[in-house]
Amino acid sequence: MSGHAIVVEQLRKDFAKVCAVRDVSFCVEYGATCALLGANGAGKTTTLAMLLGLIEPTAGSIHILGQDMVRDRYRVLPCMNFSSPYVDLPQRLTVAQNLAIYARLYGVRRVKERLQDLATELELDSLMARSYRTLSAGQKTRVTLAKALLNRPQVVLLDEPTASLDPDSADRIRAYLSRYQETTAATILLASHNMTEVERLCSEVVIMRAGTIVDCDTPGKLIERYGRKTMEEVFLDIAREHGSNDARWTNRS
Amino acid sequence: MPWLPEHVFSPGRIGAMMLRYLYLLRGSWPRLVEQAYWPTVQMIIWGFITQFFATNSTWVAQAIGVLLSAVLLWDVLFRAQLGVSVVFMEEMFSRHLGHLFSSPLRAYELMVSLVSISLLRTLIGVGTAALLAIPLYHYSIFSMGLPLLAFFSLLLVFGWAIGLMMCALLLRFGLGVESLAWASIFALAPISGIYYPISTLPVWLQTIAWAVPSSHVFEGMRAVLFYQHFDLALFAQATALVVVYLALGVWLFLKAFEVARTLGLLLQSNE
Repeated sequence: MSGHAIVVEQLRKDFAKVCAVRDVSFCVEYGATCALLGANGAGKTTTLAMLLGLIEPTAGSIHILGQDMVRDRYRVLPCMNFSSPYVDLPQRLTVAQNLAIYARLYGVRRVKERLQDLATELELDSLMARSYRTLSAGQKTRVTLAKALLNRPQVVLLDEPTASLDPDSADRIRAYLSRYQETTAATILLASHNMTEVERLCSEVVIMRAGTIVDCDTPGKLIERYGRKTMEEVFLDIAREHGSNDARWTNRS
Repeated sequence: MPWLPEHVFSPGRIGAMMLRYLYLLRGSWPRLVEQAYWPTVQMIIWGFITQFFATNSTWVAQAIGVLLSAVLLWDVLFRAQLGVSVVFMEEMFSRHLGHLFSSPLRAYELMVSLVSISLLRTLIGVGTAALLAIPLYHYSIFSMGLPLLAFFSLLLVFGWAIGLMMCALLLRFGLGVESLAWASIFALAPISGIYYPISTLPVWLQTIAWAVPSSHVFEGMRAVLFYQHFDLALFAQATALVVVYLALGVWLFLKAFEVARTLGLLLQSNE
């Protein structure tokens, strides 16, 4: 086993004539939290979907926990999980029912205890009996995060884990993710537009633009290299230096 | 199945999906009522037609239950197909294929859970109508005996096959083909010979009719009701055809799943 939980090499995805991801290579060390950054349409979601086996790569390889995800993804999927504000859970089921079903899909033992633990840790107790469709966007984000941690995954992929959360809730979730990562030594790859979150949680950053990686390093080194004070400024520098994906927005700025 | 590794096949995962569909069914009384509503309404209409024809048609008078049995068995096929395709549509409506297929759930495990819940829904729907026919029309489809089990099984599995084909279309083309998933089974009705013998059809259409298992089943049903004879040749032909259609349905579903992964459709389960 290498020292990396995630190894992506020369990854490429073409949709008809559009190249969504091109020659993407990066590694994430065991137990590290890595951010995948980029403007809208940069290829982050496509990359995450390929890592999850939801999209078949056109070329390249993905190894997670030493397993080839293209050929053997079912060996490693029980050790992974993900959350995204853009993928829903069944609307008509209660939060408890949804989580119970996914706990069984991931082969979690002592389901009731696990659900109770997560409900307490993520302050979901009052929501467990409620139908998923009646929840606010922020509450849904917390529930999908609970779903993502049900099986105590060794690798967690999080797409905007604090989207739609108020600053207080977002701060609690970040603190929770930090604790989770410290206690379980899980490897976390997160896509986020919140640079404060990235600076606080991540030890590594991969920045994408138009389907390719334009830079990667630790947040500190990126800030130093670009002569900036925050990751937000670094992100803006990179986005504007290279030009946005959408010319209208480039012209406005 | 202890001889298969957990990551290859897991009854626990199939159980989880069954639980998901049972929660859905239990949580919505209109869904539960709807299971039995149409089969019952159809049975009532055809029961009255039977009563009318019984005094005006020697053909129907020879076998009083022929129309009622036909309508109930047709509903087995119809419900079995809907039980697969409509339940799969629920997954697409709730936009959560991304969660499902990033879990250890295999596509074929989802298929097993879909056909299992289809069996349950068909039993609820058609079973209710069949039981109501006994006090209403003094006719029990169960009087057919063991042949009924054969007809039920063949139509059920054929319905699953058509349902899986519809799921494949849904995976590939999204909810834009929703109406096709609902209505496709009706294309089979004229050539299945539900209420009339296949010999009624034009010769060229008879050739097509014999290519679907349901035509063999309904001919077999009439043989039992009119002549108290279970036609083994019809049964064998229907069984062979059902196996072919099921294999085609399974293959199309798995193929559509792979195509959906290639085209990135699992994250965009909409129109």
